[in-house]
Amino acid sequence: MARVVVDVMLKPEILDPQGQAVANALPRLGVSDVSSVRIGRRIEIEFTGEADLDRVREIADKLLANPVIEDFTIHEVADEPVPAGDPS
Amino acid sequence: MSARVGVVTFPGSLDDGDAARAVRVAGGEAVRLWHGDSDLHGVDAVVLPGGFSYGDYLRTGAIARFAPVMESIIDGARGGLPVLGICNGFQILCEAHLLPGALTRNSHLHFRNRDQWLRVGTSGTAWTNSFEADQEILVPLKSGEGRYVADQATLDELTANGRIVATYVRGNPNGSERDIAGITNEAGNVVGLMPHPEHAIEALTGPSLDGLGFFTSILKHLAGATA
Repeated sequence: MARVVVDVMLKPEILDPQGQAVANALPRLGVSDVSSVRIGRRIEIEFTGEADLDRVREIADKLLANPVIEDFTIHEVADEPVPAGDPS
Repeated sequence: MSARVGVVTFPGSLDDGDAARAVRVAGGEAVRLWHGDSDLHGVDAVVLPGGFSYGDYLRTGAIARFAPVMESIIDGARGGLPVLGICNGFQILCEAHLLPGALTRNSHLHFRNRDQWLRVGTSGTAWTNSFEADQEILVPLKSGEGRYVADQATLDELTANGRIVATYVRGNPNGSERDIAGITNEAGNVVGLMPHPEHAIEALTGPSLDGLGFFTSILKHLAGATA
């Protein structure tokens, strides 16, 4: 089994209103040194066998991201996801 | 024989009934099409109505674009079949690359639901020939992801070639680039529109009858095509 992560982000020149809303909320937490927040989407795909990264790229380009407004990156990760909050 | 205008229903479509009614009020025959059926049943034109399609889980219109009916519509549109996409239909047309650009979250993050003034940019499409250029019309708008974006070259091309079908006037409701509310493809047979003309066809339920012009336009266009 292979696990591939596709990260999709709005292109830098596209306004990210969600990111801006979060950035505008940070001063309420006392955070005043953040100049920008951008919000993207992480998609994990598990293959039954080996992962063909060229095919993943095609899936990302055609469906997972809209290349008009979004960029994406792809990387293969270890089978077992690291639990959230694991200090190691 | 009256022109047959197909109206597609996707899971989550909610304006398909209104769009079909608008076709009938304009004098056409509305043919209901199902998203899972690739057969267009011999229709002369297609309306992709508004709603919240299942593709919205990923991006508005992204999964709907791969519905079996869309493969036939994409082929047809490239061959000249008139297609009007309203709201979610506009988003699907952009995802299908039948229209350039994309529709993103409203710049203020709020869903907007109001009667909206538009200026018709061109009467030179299959869907706008009943209007005069620069005519102002009032139709309902209801969308959360209605902000039209495209790169500068595309925006310049749309402007220069008269492909902006409608612009927002008296206030831009979502931050759309160049106040764009609707655009057409190069051939003028595919039109995408964010506001909802199908909700402005009868005095009882709409703010005006201005929306009917889109549906009389297509019937006029089809009558001319067969004459």
